Amino acid sequence: MLFKSEIIKCGDNVDTDVIIPARYLNSSDPKELAAHVFDDLDPNLKQKIKKGCILVAGKNFGCGSSREHAPIAIKASGISCVIAVSFARIFYRNAINIGLPILECKEAVEEAEEGDEFIVDFETGKIQNVTKDRSYNAGGFPPFIKEIITKGGIISFAAERMKQNV
Amino acid sequence: MGMTITQKILADHTGKKYVEPGELILADVDMVLGNDITAPVAIKEFYKSGCKKVFDRKKIALVPDHFAPNKDIKSAQQCKTVRDFAREQGIENYFEVGKMGIEHALLPEKGMVVPGDLVIGADSHTCTYGALGAFSTGVGSSDMAAAMMMGKIWFKVPETIKFIFNGKLNPWVTGKDLILYTIGQIGVDGALYKAMEFSGEAITSLSMDERFSITNMAVEAGAKSGIIAPDQKTIKYVEERSNKPYNIYESDDDAEYSEIFEFDCSQIEPQVALPHLPENTVGISSIDHILIDQVVIGSCTNGRIEDMRAAAKILKNQKVHPYVRLIIIPATQEVYLQCIKEGIIEIFIEAGAVVSTPTCGPCLGGYMGILAEGEKALATTNRNFVGRMGHPKSEVYLSNPAVAAASAVMGRIASPEEVIKNAV
Repeated sequence: MLFKSEIIKCGDNVDTDVIIPARYLNSSDPKELAAHVFDDLDPNLKQKIKKGCILVAGKNFGCGSSREHAPIAIKASGISCVIAVSFARIFYRNAINIGLPILECKEAVEEAEEGDEFIVDFETGKIQNVTKDRSYNAGGFPPFIKEIITKGGIISFAAERMKQNV
Repeated sequence: MGMTITQKILADHTGKKYVEPGELILADVDMVLGNDITAPVAIKEFYKSGCKKVFDRKKIALVPDHFAPNKDIKSAQQCKTVRDFAREQGIENYFEVGKMGIEHALLPEKGMVVPGDLVIGADSHTCTYGALGAFSTGVGSSDMAAAMMMGKIWFKVPETIKFIFNGKLNPWVTGKDLILYTIGQIGVDGALYKAMEFSGEAITSLSMDERFSITNMAVEAGAKSGIIAPDQKTIKYVEERSNKPYNIYESDDDAEYSEIFEFDCSQIEPQVALPHLPENTVGISSIDHILIDQVVIGSCTNGRIEDMRAAAKILKNQKVHPYVRLIIIPATQEVYLQCIKEGIIEIFIEAGAVVSTPTCGPCLGGYMGILAEGEKALATTNRNFVGRMGHPKSEVYLSNPAVAAASAVMGRIASPEEVIKNAV
């Protein structure tokens, strides 16, 4: 998976309540959720999201509730990939489980400015800031996790195991 | 190398003698939990996979508590999805309105989690059961679906941070204050991906209800889990409620910790977390005239019987300030009934509070007490993020139940001593 796009930036501790406020959790439809993504963080942020764009965030992105609606809303909004200094752990799991590519890379985040052009190779974890002519290595995922991702997420992974009866 | 209590539970659920931090494991689960927000997504994934039957209908708990009793048509549809699934699959632990309570108060109360268990729940506050000496952690809906299929879940074995609380607690200081204080010290990502192990004489002195408040908020420091080694209080609590066999684990003396913090409880006063992060904690004495519009006493953090008793102690023969709305929500039907038996509900209503049936409701800005623009609330809940209880320009402060009750009387964030002193 290779992503090439301008980036949009947000800060530290962006929580799941501002990613998708609970008042919209009476639906789990990705389109409905995407219509309200980041409503309480910055009402203008949604307008900046173009199809395929890369979100660059600070530390502890996705902290708070376990709602899978948060990565679902982000993915359905058109964001292709999220790079952060760190992710809150449930968000991290959920993103992997629903197939939203995420990478942790402090340096890439700190040196990035809104609008920079990024190229991200999800397989190798290589991140290029084309605008600033800098490249970084976020590291790849361990084989166990790659297996989940290559099988198309945790559900397909589990379904296959059920068939093999292991 | 010795193991922490967390490593031991994970090793035993993986069929291994030893697991080390960082190791990826596929572990057996003893209980899989979901609610009316997260379970519908999991149920959809479950069916999509082609799976017909859950791995064990006795090891799944479904609790519609967030937007139940149904707050609107969409919520009613979500609750119906959960109900239909529970009936079709013969889920033993489905709790209908009337039996339902806030999930993390309900499961321990019903004896559904015991020491040594491995529990996952599609709700971030699933970490609550660590107070019983169980490993429990919040996951998302897809994880819940996969666990309902396989009875297993993948984990990275966490490192553990040890917290030792020395000394005796000051008046009006509770488990809630210790965890708020801790989060204030280490920050909302201070324990990211890690297990928090709470120990020391101050922890031993706490009741089970107060211990639940502590482990409940481990996630607010970014932790995977929070845990307290079982003692006689734990065993008594469990044996009164459960026939399930349990396993007592303890950390080895030579267990490895990534960090150790020691706190002197004589230095800790009742805490208040200011907007908009639980790490923004200050002692009650440094609060300067913050007027409030609403107080909420309840939630999976502080909706248990001792929390109700603490509020009642303050509210007895007092009146809620005319500019404040006080909303009290006992976390379960058992807590509610006990409040009635002890005359606590009468104290609340005479004081001018409203008492609600169990629900998560206002804690996450669902319903039953949403804030308008510019309003301020003091709540015994667990999060004070932007917009958490309503309008994005409203504010939430967090405290223990006695501080919350005192503040409802005074109309501003206040120490319980102010009310008790005035009453004399």
